[in-house]
Formats: sequence, structure tokens, C-alpha cells
Amino acid sequence: MSVLVIAEHENGVLKPETAKVITAAVKIGGDVDVLVAGSNVAAAADSVAGIAGVTSVKLVDDANFEHQLAENTADLVVELAGGYSHILASASTTGKNILPRVAALLDKSQISEIIDVVDADTFKRPIYAGNAIATVKSLESQKVITVRASAFDAAGEQGPVSVESLSNGAANSLSRFVGVEQTESERPELTAAPVIISGGRGMQNGDNFALLNGVADKLGAAIGASRAAVDAGFVPNDMQVGQTGKIVAPDLYIAVGISGAIQHLAGMKDSKVIVAINKDPEAPIFQVADYGLVADLFDVLPELEQAL
Amino acid sequence: MKVLVPIKRVIDYNVKARVKADNSDVDLTNVKMAMNPFCEIAVEEAIRLKEAGSATEVIAVSIGDKACQEQLRTALALGADKAIHIETDATLESLHVAKLLAKLVEQENPELVILGKQSIDADNNQTGQMLGALTKRGQGTFASKLVIEGSNAVVTREVDGGLQTVSLALPAIVTTDLRLNEPRYATLPNIMKAKRKPLDVIAADSLGVDLTPRVELVRVDEPAKREAGVIVESVEELVTKLKTEAKVIS
Ligand SMILES: Cc1cc2nc3c(=O)[nH]c(=O)nc-3n(C[C@H](O)[C@H](O)[C@H](O)COP(=O)(O)OP(=O)(O)OC[C@H]3O[C@@H](n4cnc5c(N)ncnc54)[C@H](O)[C@@H]3O)c2cc1C
Repeated sequence: MSVLVIAEHENGVLKPETAKVITAAVKIGGDVDVLVAGSNVAAAADSVAGIAGVTSVKLVDDANFEHQLAENTADLVVELAGGYSHILASASTTGKNILPRVAALLDKSQISEIIDVVDADTFKRPIYAGNAIATVKSLESQKVITVRASAFDAAGEQGPVSVESLSNGAANSLSRFVGVEQTESERPELTAAPVIISGGRGMQNGDNFALLNGVADKLGAAIGASRAAVDAGFVPNDMQVGQTGKIVAPDLYIAVGISGAIQHLAGMKDSKVIVAINKDPEAPIFQVADYGLVADLFDVLPELEQAL
Repeated sequence: MKVLVPIKRVIDYNVKARVKADNSDVDLTNVKMAMNPFCEIAVEEAIRLKEAGSATEVIAVSIGDKACQEQLRTALALGADKAIHIETDATLESLHVAKLLAKLVEQENPELVILGKQSIDADNNQTGQMLGALTKRGQGTFASKLVIEGSNAVVTREVDGGLQTVSLALPAIVTTDLRLNEPRYATLPNIMKAKRKPLDVIAADSLGVDLTPRVELVRVDEPAKREAGVIVESVEELVTKLKTEAKVIS
């Protein structure tokens, strides 16, 4: 058995998801090779080389892969896929974009967003917004899999293994990068933060999200949101937590003015401790909360900031 | 420009799925079914392209048993011109669906295929990307904005770090995210009119795609239940409990 993991990076820096996908790969067994494809990603490749469990690193540093567009990145992965029993990527927007394309080119059925490795062929994955957990067995000779990073701990460190530079200039005639609007934030990333405080429609407007800042500063927390808050334009899309947003599992998740729709719960109910602040005692969020406070958030937030 | 919109019949998004007592699958008997919300957004976008004059024809297609004709009628009522039902009772994986759709793309040759980014039952998020690979077309996934500019589709995509914009050479594949548009409701007169619009049925077997399962569903379980929590009376009590009981803050 041997596993090829597609590394995830942004602006030349390795993203924390990769070390978690590597944990899943190690659990599958065999050699774990990691592909780092991008432009100016040598440093990211060096980071991968020091993650425990990695056998070797393949580096494709080429301007053609600067934006990791699906079309030519999938072609590249297919070219390197021969001989691997498993191909893994994080179920991030990048992994979700590229891997099904790889799977179809290899004529393989993909298994999405696994949360556990039962054995080399069998995996657990949430279905129906996490209201059921399916155990599925792949009958394919080569398995193409995305991994829900929040379900795995990050692999530790090791003395660095070798990084092999490959040249591949596969161009992309089907799509072209036009631009990116990146949300700048000093705060930890949602998917890596140990504490998250999220606001919902109850926040009423974007300005009121500033009330979460004070609490987040004291806790070193990331700030998230419900779909309703994003749809209403209070905050940008990358803050959405849920079935179709980011899946998070921090030590502490504080839901403020969020009702607790199944689609929101799907993204946060594996958090270790959940706090709900909502003025409606019937709000479904209280059914999953370890600590509930039935109160007006506009009273609670300043008080909470003070008390921390 | 011809636009193909594949749609899926799924559990209504307001309904919480329950696991069968024998753990063989999710129990869908007597459960309310509806068009997958992301497919509704796809239908809406196609209709808007037609209203804006960039699309000339909108074809809705659904793959499944007879019941999915209900969702095709909805798509027709919303404004699709024609519907195609690819009939099969088989349980399909995304790859099968993508292969069947690729056959249809060969026949109909649409310049744009708009699909939902995922269905809310299997939560796979695969079909559009697979169709892109099989038809050798560019893909704009998780779209929150779509603009047709001459022979290109310019797609703004919702990605983990914010928004990314790509330009796809047409013909192309687009998958919808939640904020692409707000779907309209079908009006009664349009529902009546939809009954007279064409709905063709094609047997899936006739398309020459091998539908043998490649993934076996071993079992389905309820997710781990969370222990019931407590209601605290004040911020002070909350902070104390988080420090001394849960020990998640210091
Ligand atoms: C296909 C699909 C996918 C979806 N994906 C997601 C997803 O990924 N993430 C997601 O979050 N949602 C998702 N949704 C939407 C989801 O169904 C809900 O509509 C959404 O989560 C509601 O957001 P909310 O809780 O902020 O708003 P609401 O449901 O309106 O709740 C607002 C809450 O704030 C409380 N409140 C109001 N004022 C105050 C106050 N002053 N003090 C205290 N409490 C107050 C209210 O009591 C209420 O409980 C999806 C829906 C669909 C159909």
C-alpha cells in the first residue's frame, strides 16, 4: 500500500490541514508521499518533509500551478497517481475542487469527507448534514478520498525526509485565474482555532459584529458566522460555519444569536464544549449546548468581555 | 446558448434524516422530498441567463426513478423549456451520474451546464467536477457570481480564504453556491403551463454506462449524541463553569 497526499498551501505557506490528512494517510498504512504543487512553494515542501509519517515529498514548483486551478492540477495528479493505492486531499474548497476531477479521470468513484479510517478499504463519513454516519467500503483498486481535517489530529514532527523536485509545466487552456479577494484578518483561522465565537442573524448588522471582537481578543478566538449572517451581508462568506461552510471542532464554540438549524449544527457539533447565547429559550441550539444562557446578546457580550 | 441543468430529488432540507432500526440506511419512507436547494439555485441562474438574453434554451435533467419527474415539473414551472428524465432504479454514485450526464452533454451539446455544488443527502460535492473531467471542460465550482462575457464564463467562487474569480472558456461547467441567487417560487399559472411542456424519458440502460456499484454501504449509524447541557443564570456563572468545570479557558 502507498498513499499520495495532496498538500494544501496558501501564499507559499503550508496549511495546517495537511498534517491532519497525513494522520489519516498513516492510519491507512504504507508509504505516505506528499505532493506539493504550486508556485514558490519550496518552503511549504520543506515544512511537509518534517511532518511525522511522511516518506517522501514531491515538489512541483511551476508558475502554471500558481493558483492551483482544478483543470491542470488534476492532470498533474493523474500523471503522478500510478502505483498509489490511495490518493488523499483535504476536504477544503481546494481539495473539493480538484479531487473529484482526478477521480473521474482515473475512472474511480470518490469517497468524500471521511471522518475515520476503519481499514484500508473502509471509511466513515457523515451524510445528511451529519444526521447519519455512513460506513462505506470502496471496491476500487485505487481509492480517491477527501478527508475532513477537523476529525483528525495533526501528525507530529520528524527529522526531514528528502524533497524531490519534479518538472511538469502542464498548462491550462480551459480556465484562467482572474483575481482573488482574500479576507485579511489578524485572528486565527477558523479551521485551526481552539476557540471560536460565532454570530448569527441575532447580531442584526455587520457593525454589531464588533461586539464579538472584544470577547474574541480576550480568548484568542476566531470569529465565525451563520449562513443568515453571511447572506445578510454582515460578514464575508469565508466566515460561514455549517454543512456548506466550514466544518470546525474547536475546544470551545460560542454561538451568539444563532438558532441552531441542522445545517449550522452540521458544521460545529463536534466541538468539545458548546456555549449558546440566545434570548429564545426554545432555540434548538440549546439542545446541543453544554452551557446555555437565555439572555439578550447585547447585554451579555459587553459583560462577557469584562468578565474574561 | 443552450444551458443544461441537472437536478436531484432529495429529502426536504427542513426534515431531519433518521437512521433505520436495522442500520442499513437512512429511512426515507413517507419523508417529504424536494428539489435539492443547490439545484434550485442552478435552475434559477439558468432562467436568469435566459431572461437576460444570454441563454436561448434551458433543459432540466434528472436521473432516478419515476418520482423525480415531480422535481422536473417544478423546474419546468420555474421556467425551464424542456425536461429529460433519465430513468433508473439503481442507487447511483456521483461518478455514475457524471457519466450519464456526459452522454447527455454529447447528445445535447449545451454550452453551459449548471449544477448544484452538492446534494444535501449524500453531501458528496463531486458530480460537477467529474462532469468537467469527462467532457474535458473547464469548471467554476461553488459559484457566487456568474457573468457570460462573449465566449467565456466569468465565475466568482466561494473559497476558504474569500472569493476567487476565474474565467472559463465556453463550453464549461458551473456549480452553484448558496449566494449565487435567491430562487423564485413557481406561480400557479406557471405550474399549470408546465404540465404541457415536454418531458422526455430516456432509459438509463440505453446510454451504455456501466452502473455497477463501486462503493458498498456497510452500515449507517446515528451520530454520537451530545450529553444534555445546563442553563446558566448569569455571565458570571458561565465564566466560572468554563474555567473550573469545562476547563476550556483560563
Ligand atoms: C442547502 C442549505 C445549506 C445551508 N447551509 C448552512 C450553513 O452552512 N451554515 C449555516 O449557518 N446555515 C446554513 N443554512 C441555513 C440554515 O438553515 C439557517 O437558515 C441558518 O443557519 C439560520 O441562521 P441564524 O441562526 O443566524 O438565524 P435565525 O434562524 O434567524 O436565528 C437567529 C437567532 O437569534 C436569536 N436572537 C435574535 N436577537 C437576539 C438577541 N438580541 N439576543 C439573543 N439572541 C437573539 C433568535 O432567538 C434566533 O434564535 C443552509 C440552508 C440550506 C437550505
